[in-house]
Amino acid sequence: MKRSAFWLAAIAVAAIIAPLLAPYAPDVLDLANRRAAPSLAHWFGTDDLGRDTFSRALFGGRVSIAVGLLSALVAAVLGVAVGAVAGYVGGWTDTLLMRATDAVLSMPRLLLLMVAAATLQPTLPALVVLVGIVGWMETARVTRAAVRSLLSSEFVIAARAAGAGHLRIVGKHLLVNASGAIRVAAVLAVGRAILVESALSFFGVGVQPPAASWGSMLYQAQSAMSTEPWLALFPGVCIVATVATLTALSDAADQ
Amino acid sequence: MGLAARRAAEAVPLLLFVSAIAFGLLQLVPGGPLEVYLSNPGVRPEDLERLRRALGLDRSIGEQYVSWLAAFVRGDWGFSFSDGRPVLDRIVERLPASIELLAASLVLALSAAIPAGIVAAVTRRSFVDRSISAVAAAGVSIPTFWLGLMLQLTFAIALGWLPSSGRGADGTGFARLQYLVMPAAVLAFGHAAAWSRYLRASLIEVLAAPFMAAARARGVGARACLTRHALPNALAPVAAVALLDAALLVPGAVVTESVFAWPGVGSLFTEALGRRDYTVLMAMLMVSSVAVVVFNLIADLIHAWIDPRVTS
Repeated sequence: MKRSAFWLAAIAVAAIIAPLLAPYAPDVLDLANRRAAPSLAHWFGTDDLGRDTFSRALFGGRVSIAVGLLSALVAAVLGVAVGAVAGYVGGWTDTLLMRATDAVLSMPRLLLLMVAAATLQPTLPALVVLVGIVGWMETARVTRAAVRSLLSSEFVIAARAAGAGHLRIVGKHLLVNASGAIRVAAVLAVGRAILVESALSFFGVGVQPPAASWGSMLYQAQSAMSTEPWLALFPGVCIVATVATLTALSDAADQ
Repeated sequence: MGLAARRAAEAVPLLLFVSAIAFGLLQLVPGGPLEVYLSNPGVRPEDLERLRRALGLDRSIGEQYVSWLAAFVRGDWGFSFSDGRPVLDRIVERLPASIELLAASLVLALSAAIPAGIVAAVTRRSFVDRSISAVAAAGVSIPTFWLGLMLQLTFAIALGWLPSSGRGADGTGFARLQYLVMPAAVLAFGHAAAWSRYLRASLIEVLAAPFMAAARARGVGARACLTRHALPNALAPVAAVALLDAALLVPGAVVTESVFAWPGVGSLFTEALGRRDYTVLMAMLMVSSVAVVVFNLIADLIHAWIDPRVTS
């Protein structure tokens, strides 16, 4: 728990203070140093325009992590809303909402998302919403299960007896007590969102230039694999490290 | 068979929903489906008008959707925007390559996951178990496409052992196998990782069950204990989850096939995405939804067959 939290904090801080850490500006061309292999001057090498890959990875991390976090937030809001209503209201509403959740889970979401991104050519905020829309189902299930199991608790009965309204019971009592499980699901959702964004960007329909994320850096790297392998290596390592620490953190929080 | 009929009926609203989303998305294309011709000076306005009528784009959206759906159900999937050939033909000709890849990766995933899961469960908390866990944990964190790039870098570019992409359909058995190895391994990796974890957990639970103690007390050997008593019981729940998971091989194939230029339906999808070939994209979305439904149905049927208790 401590170790994964530490690494996650390190990655997050590196992304936040990227302008201070980056040895070069991420978009500045250095035509004398094109396609340079990793060295002390350029830790992660340079690309075909002479841009420093290490600096670009730091700035790309800001985009990847921001899109991941915000998409997971969208997913969490949707998931908690669906799960709380389903769990609290029960009956037909519950059946309908959970059937819909299962249905969305069995849709080819990545492919739909790729077509959506290709046709809509979303800006960054729109991309966040799109990625969030396909990521709420797990949180909805977790929230519903937690709310249902708490529904007959004494504190809920007491709150109802004291005259608390539905919104107050759900918001102040049920969700607060379910927050542990919701948090675990939300942390996992951040990792998944980062992976989804990287896949979209890798296929050229996600983050668009001049902005760059780790995924879109890999998109550009693909055509130069045999001559500049470092371009494909480092952004991928960043994705794996971030997603792996997020997974480890949610596993640890789960126990 | 009642189960199959019920599942098929449940799938109808899902397929309608997917088709409506896909159809709706295409209405939002900036410039519409004829966008590519708009900037072409050789295409006159009257040509555009003729194309619009020929493609039925002059009718209302509702009409277009209903006629598209009716035609789709009849097997008339329209013509590819990019080369004018029937969409159905374009998809069907790509199927053998995809089926070959899916079958290979399924075999590969199972033959890696089952031994790994057994070894991890039997040698619980040992170095071997921890290593398998670490690899399995990596399996959920590594983007499929990046794993593909790294294998290409290592085995094709640096070592030169394997061809970096393509299918080599004209070659001999061994040559073709060389093309198949990397994409199949990439597609199998994430699933093998997850399935070995399920099997490990399930086997650990079964090994602690009273009937296992009884078998050991009767003097059944360690190997027979494992293969005759523990494994059959541990595999049933794993098979259920694994089969449900196998439906994910379909979207996974899209990513893997594109990275390795494997000429299956998956790379047809990304090609169509790049060319904004909307008729092909629509059909592909429907086909992959149907594939997921069919995979899930097969999973249910096999699970009911392995473990008769689930039907009750």
